[in-house]
Amino acid sequence: MKIDRRSFLSFLIGGGAGTALSPLPWKLMDDSSIWTQMWPWTPVPEDGEASYVNSACTLCPGGCGITVRKIDDRAVKIEGMKGHPVNNGGLCILGLSGLQLLYGPTRVKTPLKRVGKRGQGSWEKISWKDAISEVAKILSDLRSTGQSHTVGCISDSDRGTVPRLFERFLTVYGSPNLMRTSSIIDSYELTLHLMQGVQASPGFDFENADFILSFGSGIIDGWGSPVRMFRANSAWRNTGGKIIQIEPRLSNTAAKSDKWIPANPGTEAALALGIAHVIIKESLYDAEFVDNYSAGFEDWKRFVLDKYGPDSVATITGIDNTTIIALARSFARASKPLAICGRGQGTTPGSLDECTTVHALNALVGNINKQGGIFAVAEPDYINWPEVEMDATAAIGMQKDRLDGAGSKKYPFSRYLLNRLPQAINSGEKYPLKALFVGDANPLYTMSDSKAVKKAFDKVPFVVSFSSYMNETAQNADLILPNHAYLERYEDIPTPPGMPKPVISLTRPVVEPQLNTKHTGDIIILLAKAMGGNIADAFAWNSYDACLKETLGNKWQVMIKKGFWSYPDFFVQTHEESFDTISGKFEFVSKETGSLKQFKPVNIEGDKTNYPLLLMPYDSIRLANGVIGNPPFVMKSVDDTVLKGNNVFIEINPKTAGEQGLREGQLAMLSTPVGKAKVKVHLFDGIMPGLVALPRGLGHTAFDDYLAGKGINFNELIGPVEDPVSGLDTAWGIRVKLAKV
Amino acid sequence: MKHKKAKKYGMVIDLDKCTGCGSCMVACMAENNVPFRKDESNKLLSITWMRVYKLTNGKPFPNTDICYLPRPCMHCEGQHEGHSPCVTVCPAIATDYNIETGIVSQIYTRCFGCRYCMASCPYHARYFNWWDPVWPDGMEKYLSPNVSPRMRGVVEKCSFCFHKYQLAKEKAFMKGRRELKEDEYQTACTQACPADAITFGDLNNPNHAVYRMAKPDPKHHGRPTNPHAFRLLERLGTNPKVYYLSSREWVRRAGDNYLENESIAKKPAHHE
Repeated sequence: MKIDRRSFLSFLIGGGAGTALSPLPWKLMDDSSIWTQMWPWTPVPEDGEASYVNSACTLCPGGCGITVRKIDDRAVKIEGMKGHPVNNGGLCILGLSGLQLLYGPTRVKTPLKRVGKRGQGSWEKISWKDAISEVAKILSDLRSTGQSHTVGCISDSDRGTVPRLFERFLTVYGSPNLMRTSSIIDSYELTLHLMQGVQASPGFDFENADFILSFGSGIIDGWGSPVRMFRANSAWRNTGGKIIQIEPRLSNTAAKSDKWIPANPGTEAALALGIAHVIIKESLYDAEFVDNYSAGFEDWKRFVLDKYGPDSVATITGIDNTTIIALARSFARASKPLAICGRGQGTTPGSLDECTTVHALNALVGNINKQGGIFAVAEPDYINWPEVEMDATAAIGMQKDRLDGAGSKKYPFSRYLLNRLPQAINSGEKYPLKALFVGDANPLYTMSDSKAVKKAFDKVPFVVSFSSYMNETAQNADLILPNHAYLERYEDIPTPPGMPKPVISLTRPVVEPQLNTKHTGDIIILLAKAMGGNIADAFAWNSYDACLKETLGNKWQVMIKKGFWSYPDFFVQTHEESFDTISGKFEFVSKETGSLKQFKPVNIEGDKTNYPLLLMPYDSIRLANGVIGNPPFVMKSVDDTVLKGNNVFIEINPKTAGEQGLREGQLAMLSTPVGKAKVKVHLFDGIMPGLVALPRGLGHTAFDDYLAGKGINFNELIGPVEDPVSGLDTAWGIRVKLAKV
Repeated sequence: MKHKKAKKYGMVIDLDKCTGCGSCMVACMAENNVPFRKDESNKLLSITWMRVYKLTNGKPFPNTDICYLPRPCMHCEGQHEGHSPCVTVCPAIATDYNIETGIVSQIYTRCFGCRYCMASCPYHARYFNWWDPVWPDGMEKYLSPNVSPRMRGVVEKCSFCFHKYQLAKEKAFMKGRRELKEDEYQTACTQACPADAITFGDLNNPNHAVYRMAKPDPKHHGRPTNPHAFRLLERLGTNPKVYYLSSREWVRRAGDNYLENESIAKKPAHHE
């Protein structure tokens, strides 16, 4: 048979049409789709009995109540707990991702001892018994040679039973060096101490306030207890409450506020003084409060009236005088005004001047310890352990000056100055730190000037981390004694920052411990027992759980049932009894610190010629920047104008970018006097010209592949600047240079 | 059996309250076993049933403004019930319009990944699984049995947490009820929103909050009569069941494509 072109084509077309009309292609497609969808490695989650457990989140200090859904013995979803005084059902992005931490690859699976160099990542497993006796031996040796004071401890909090166990241990052991991660709460506690003579935390009655004057506080960017702030913000939408946001960058808070006032960075205190000027001059202040319950008002009034007229403040802040006057009037005339400070999430304490001035505004409008105002909230007094009996060594050790200089002649009012620790270690001016415990904290990531912090850590011969996760500090420790994850343990969560009423929440095990971990509380107790003598006597409990149960007493049953304890008998003190200053009144000018100093902008590192621009960090609720880094789900939520691949974007005004010759998406080299980093450029109209903003929370070297190596840690680019009165870190930014790569 | 009016589940998102915190995105991922990869910065490949977009008004400093806009699946009803853009093109009936609830389903085992639906969806609400999902060792422990993890080669999208509807129904049946109460069926994003910006319910039920907030006009395919409410790409006539509220005019304007000098005043859909 002859095959010509015609018959060949007929065959092809006919064959094609025939096949197409037959069920064959459809059958094949169907088969292949079914086949490719039957891969055995797509997991089929096992079904089981559903149940719910109420607990509390510990991933940030916010203290939200959570309800965890379980299927048999697996935790499958975390939700906000309805009826909890902090969050009432809502939950933040980090809290919702908690199970990725519990079951995730960043957990430290067993106690680990370093082999090889620090930070190299070579570990060997060690038994709990050996680990604890090793720590006990080192501590005993130091103590027997009179060096008990060279042992330090860093923790994110000094409240609740676990931090208090650390404190108790150090006291009876003989070291004054318990340090707390600093934040705006330090500045506020100091302000309350100086102006009201009390040892208390600030409590803001946002729920009843109707005019919020925020000096850069990221109300919906993670400031205070984040979910509570979200709820308050929504409530203001319903009730007509107003927010005035003062900051040089259009943050989410600024965008959601009723008025955004971009003041020159670092001049917030001057603006507060300008507002005070107008309020005093126009007699808009609460005369009843000022005349009866305050001291030093005349001095302060003279100071404010002399120097901070709207015109001079306008020059400093870059805000025109009519805005300042209008702002002062609306603040003073609002029925429940409230002024707050602490930039972004309040991770930097900021200048004490700023905090006291903002607090003075609250006093001017008479909203101290009043509904809709600011309360001095004392620590809940449920921890009543017997006094420790110190032996001679402990007494001598406790007499030593603190290494960070808190409570020293220079900084007599501060309680903790963790920001000064690296410098104190590196300069060797006092005494060396021989052993360091790091509780629930990650100083190697969260402290500014990472290089100096690392150098200081390297000088400490023995670092013990209690972290549940392999974070930067754990990576550089000598021994890791992993704590149970928060969903595996009991712990009390005392009043979250900014809550006006004390509340204690209970974290409790949702699942059995998944790994070979131990409760930090138990480790401290075991360690004390291993040390013997007075130290062991101070820790008479058999276990941490027993200690917690005994400490909470009759509250325990209620907390097990409800998940939290709120103080029903909490009452607000009258003005007659609430001020414990020298004058017994609210002191506009503290008699302890003395004179009034003119507003001086915080000294920002770097000179203008070499570093023409200003670099500021910004906080986002979608970027965890504390002890915990972003879990994978949270990383997914990060915009592609914040992170692309491994490159982080800086935000810069198109005008400034034009002057620097930079375009959207271009790579640039960012250099500050402290460090440099390669970044991508994102043009953003909402940032003041001359400024560069970089997000906090990226640039991790630890944790998992979903987070590590992405972006830059802001702390590598900035160093601390000490406040002259408090010694706390006041650096809100640093000078910077941008160059094309 | 007495004839019952069908449900039309929908959502109202108050953009004045939305803080862009992303809780809805993560609550959704956790509820629906959404997978994740090491690099999620390519948003075309990043599976987010609920995605929060950031809008800006484009004005220079200091008149700049930002608004966040969460975008789930719109569960479009189309011009005639069930004529959603995606449903009409699916060759495998892998996505279907449920007349009883108004929910657009996605049946993974039927989907063979042709992605017509993705092309036809004007909201980019549909995502394709280019890879098999991989959970790091041990992490599959948190997977919920109520939602099947998807395999490579299928499209997935927001289901208004349909499994929660089924669970709520079963629970109600056990108690001898046929009708669900408003709070018995709520999506994961609605429950998680710390700002209470998301409201979910039956748009056909005048007693439900969504109805009162959006005030849908049944004569005009559910177009909102609340002057602050709008729907995305209203003029395409997709008849979505997600409504947005905003007091800012530029935000409402950003919800559709307008000519430069065109007024935002309500115009009828093009076919009328």
